[in-house]
Amino acid sequence: MTGTILQIDNVSRVFPGVRGGAPVRALEPTSLQVAQNDFITILGPSGCGKSTLLRIVAGLDRPTDGRVLLNGREIKGPGADRGMVFQSYTLFPWLTIAENIAYGLREKGIPKAQRQEIVASYTEKVGLRGFENHYPKQLSGGMQQRTAIARALANDPDILLLDEPFGALDNQTRGLMQELLLGIWERERKTVLFVTHDIEEAIFLASRVIVMSARPGRIKADIPVDLPHPRHYRMKTTPEFSDLKAQLTEEIRVEAMQAEGVH
Amino acid sequence: MPRPLEPVSQGTRVTLGISFFVLFVAAWAFATLGGFVSRTFLADPITMLQDGWLLLTRFGFLGDIGITVWRVVGGFVIAAAIAVPLGILMGAYKSFEAFLEPFVSFARYLPASAFIPLLILWAGIGEMQKLLVIFIGSVFQIILMVAVSVGNTRRDLVEAAYTLGSSDQGVVKRVLIPANAPEIAEILRLVLGWAWTYVIVAELIGSSSGIGHMIIDSQALLATGQMIFGIIVIGIIGLISDFLFKAVNRSLFPWRLA
Repeated sequence: MTGTILQIDNVSRVFPGVRGGAPVRALEPTSLQVAQNDFITILGPSGCGKSTLLRIVAGLDRPTDGRVLLNGREIKGPGADRGMVFQSYTLFPWLTIAENIAYGLREKGIPKAQRQEIVASYTEKVGLRGFENHYPKQLSGGMQQRTAIARALANDPDILLLDEPFGALDNQTRGLMQELLLGIWERERKTVLFVTHDIEEAIFLASRVIVMSARPGRIKADIPVDLPHPRHYRMKTTPEFSDLKAQLTEEIRVEAMQAEGVH
Repeated sequence: MPRPLEPVSQGTRVTLGISFFVLFVAAWAFATLGGFVSRTFLADPITMLQDGWLLLTRFGFLGDIGITVWRVVGGFVIAAAIAVPLGILMGAYKSFEAFLEPFVSFARYLPASAFIPLLILWAGIGEMQKLLVIFIGSVFQIILMVAVSVGNTRRDLVEAAYTLGSSDQGVVKRVLIPANAPEIAEILRLVLGWAWTYVIVAELIGSSSGIGHMIIDSQALLATGQMIFGIIVIGIIGLISDFLFKAVNRSLFPWRLA
């Protein structure tokens, strides 16, 4: 294992109270070290601050306290060194699929010929050949998220951040997307931070699952996943996988019950 | 019975649209030709067409139409050229919005027609005065509506652009503007419609040419046929410009229909 690429240092986030209400503590001081080429999933019930943590890493939100270091440099705002895929469909509707994937390259000022080459390679990798000139609206949700992944990867970021990217997709599509993403990771070994509330998804993708607790959010467990690569969807039915799933289900269940006020 | 929100076919749509025009003219013809309304107050459709033909062939009404169209387009283009960039800046930069929005909101309610006496004082009764009426009537409306549209740009698209490495300027140029371009075009189409009412008012007062001038001239002669013809011409030009605007928008923004 190589060195630490991302270091989250006692990061907390308090949202100011709305209309004189009490401030909301979304994230307790949280620390996390991410090693180069690791695939980390952050698992937790809704409202556990996992998205807040990811947005802080992306630079889209500021921590109330603490700091985040990427390659030793403190993060002050969003930037092309951290690619992000959102849960909502965020392709630019006025650009074609190819233009969407090329967006970051264009912002960087990369010449057209080179841009086209990179776009072609990523269109291929996410299986969207033949759809280059379609508009996002003409594509299914799964295809749109594949484009969003390609768009983020085309920028060659140091780390890829995904905020429940498959949350709005149906179960079958979600399974296919997980395999696609994992396949890309197995080949390219990007560092990935993936937020989800789906236990199976968290285990299947990760080399390390971070379990977060609800309100206020904090890291509750850090569980390595030593399942072999390349992973195939059939792995989800192996005893090792089931054991991990049972363990995480228990962890999450307690949290979900607390979050919902059930005891 | 049709059900709520159930779509109709293109053919039915056209037929229904035309049939109301037919119904309207029929009711008008019935009221006037049937002798239910005095000719002094309302000309019948046939007289209207005859008067219209006379206007076009003998009194150079085409020239009036031309000058009115020129005024609307001139005043409107100047207003749009100033208002659209201002609106985009206001929508994008909140401090700029806080600076201008209260004044623009106030100015928007100043009726353009109320400025006409003042504008005659300032600019005489020449073309400048007509252009200014249309300019004042349109510019504040466009600024505000464009600012609202730009201000409502989807935040997640802006965030996505930032994570892809866009600068602040890049976000304005390559997200805020293209994302709102169809909406801005739609705003311009709407305000152009309003500009038409301003130009006629401007021509009713202190003018020696244009459709509005012809209408006020005809009033002196109680020529209701000519007046109605003038009004209908305005409606037809409005319909044509609307159609053109929609066609241009469709070809400019194919992604909207995709």
